[in-house]
Amino acid sequence: MAEKARTKRVLVAKPGLDGHDRGAKVVARALRDAGMEVIYLGLHQTPEQIVQAAVDEDVDVVGLSILSGAHMTVFPRVLEMLRERGASDIKVVGGGIIPDEDVAELEREGVARLFTPGTSTADIVDFIRSI
Amino acid sequence: MDTEHYEEEKRRWLEETYHSSPEEGGPFVTVSSEPVEPLYGPGEVAGLNYERDLGFPGEFPYTRGVRSSMYRGRTWTMRQFAGFGTAAETNRRYHFLLERGTTGLSVAFDMPTIMGRDSDDAMSEGEVGRCGVAIDSVVDMQRLFDGIPLDRITTSMTTNAPASILLAFYLVTGERQGARFDQVGGTIQNDILKEYIAQKSWIFPPRPSMRIITDIMEFCSAEVPRWNTISISGYHIREAGSTAAQELAFTLADGMAYVQAGIDAGLDVDDFAPRLSFFFNSHIDFFEEIAKYRAARRIWARVMRDRFGAGKEESLLLRFHTQTAGCSLTAPQPENNIVRTAYEGLAAVLGGTQSLHTNSMDEVLALPTEKAVEIALRTQQVIAHETGVANTIDPLAGSYFVEYLTDRLEAQANQYFDEIEAEGGVLEAIEKGYFQRRIADAAYRYQMEIEKGERVIVGVNRYAHEGESIDIELLKIDPAVEREQVEAVRSVRAERDQAKADEARAELRRRAEGTGNLMPAIIDCARAHVTIGETVNVLKEVFGEYREQPIY
Repeated sequence: MAEKARTKRVLVAKPGLDGHDRGAKVVARALRDAGMEVIYLGLHQTPEQIVQAAVDEDVDVVGLSILSGAHMTVFPRVLEMLRERGASDIKVVGGGIIPDEDVAELEREGVARLFTPGTSTADIVDFIRSI
Repeated sequence: MDTEHYEEEKRRWLEETYHSSPEEGGPFVTVSSEPVEPLYGPGEVAGLNYERDLGFPGEFPYTRGVRSSMYRGRTWTMRQFAGFGTAAETNRRYHFLLERGTTGLSVAFDMPTIMGRDSDDAMSEGEVGRCGVAIDSVVDMQRLFDGIPLDRITTSMTTNAPASILLAFYLVTGERQGARFDQVGGTIQNDILKEYIAQKSWIFPPRPSMRIITDIMEFCSAEVPRWNTISISGYHIREAGSTAAQELAFTLADGMAYVQAGIDAGLDVDDFAPRLSFFFNSHIDFFEEIAKYRAARRIWARVMRDRFGAGKEESLLLRFHTQTAGCSLTAPQPENNIVRTAYEGLAAVLGGTQSLHTNSMDEVLALPTEKAVEIALRTQQVIAHETGVANTIDPLAGSYFVEYLTDRLEAQANQYFDEIEAEGGVLEAIEKGYFQRRIADAAYRYQMEIEKGERVIVGVNRYAHEGESIDIELLKIDPAVEREQVEAVRSVRAERDQAKADEARAELRRRAEGTGNLMPAIIDCARAHVTIGETVNVLKEVFGEYREQPIY
């Protein structure tokens, strides 16, 4: 029960080569304004760097933003590496230009939720609070 | 009516007539959150002096247009940005577009190419051919322009950090088709300052990046005179969330920084300034955008003449490409994006653009399908040939509202120039996070306005369909593309004359460590089939890599 009450810690990162960081930064700020602890890792992160930071920072949730189309490579890799590190309790969420079909597939593979353009930050905050 | 009388009458009208019926909706603000009055009249433009502030098209200060006859002489270039998968696939899309009446090409590269990495680089995994075409060497560039004569068609390439290398690939491709450097025309974006500010596709630190840019300016003014060496871009600044005034001001400030860098490198301003061009966004706020383009022309002409002492008329002209706003499009009800894009395209034309890309309705979901691209191109053709807006030049001049907005944007831009100056100039302002912070603030404010319902986005926070499923066709990139491209770059390396490639790289390193112009050495690397990643790596070893302090 004590764990549930603690402030959510969220790592926000931009994996891969894509530099479009508007969405990631807006979401990071909205999570912070909602009272969460946010670690914004910034751009050009490899899955290894993301997983290492998630473990080091002891976060509850990892949020990844990808607009370059590399989502089918990056999300499974991060999930796999979290499992390898025994950290599969860390939930992975994401957002970006991701077609419906790929959303369904990635959610089957273990991504907790993917948010596509038009999502309100309030919905993202509510979802992260609920997991 | 004199100004005083007008003010008095306007107050009377507001009290007696206007406020007799209640306002509905609001707040009445532009997409940049700037207030808009119920009515504009002569009092709001009392300071306007026709000769000084507007003039005639093709004459100083070019507010009404940079060409004397504008679209009556030549319509704007309909230039659709395209690229995906392999060079051969994108080549087929270019032929498709040319057959349907597009008048210039515009290359979208994939993320590895944008970042100067080969397709078999570890960081490229999953990204090859995804959001643009993969180009690893001149061999790919030759495939990209197969059957397209480079002495006749002009090409715009959206490349920044590795622009010098992609320009070299293009020039060598032309050379192998039989086109001399001075017959080839086109544009490289090559605007690294806005990469640090907004789009974040950098490789080297700012100072060596500026050297590469002045080398390109110097080389092209002598050898490739039809090449636009920098497309100074507000597009990405706006997409990152800035306001219209910030887009205008930050872009022109970047432009001034390039001009200063050229002068500091010992170049004559009139040798390179005529080849500088601009690239703006056309967002959904119709009048604000039109005013932005008009203000941009006027500010640039004055700055070039008065501050930089440019003498040639061509140095004073702010020529620009426009792309409609990707960030204004919505994933829900994607067909509505056709309508948004049409208004945005119309604003660009009324603002006097020299070329235009209209977004496809599906770009918020994936790269565009042929069908979606064709509708986007047809939208421009309808504007050009059916609506009649191109018949007369700058038709909104003299509108109280448009002239007021033009003045206001100019004044706001001047305030930003002062702030940037106070930060120590553009490079220092970047290093301090000045631009990044302002853009992030504006982006967040905009998002909150949507979430509070103060800003209506049709199909998103009003008129939404519950549980909508999107049923338009989407373009899919075959995962085999990455494997094919990895094999292709490996066979380029295996088949080339390795001694020649090594010598070309060694010469590039010597130049980079010294002060000689880098372009001839980069062109020799291209001729020797040195890949983009190998060329960048030589420069990284000499110049280092940039790292950003993340701000949100």
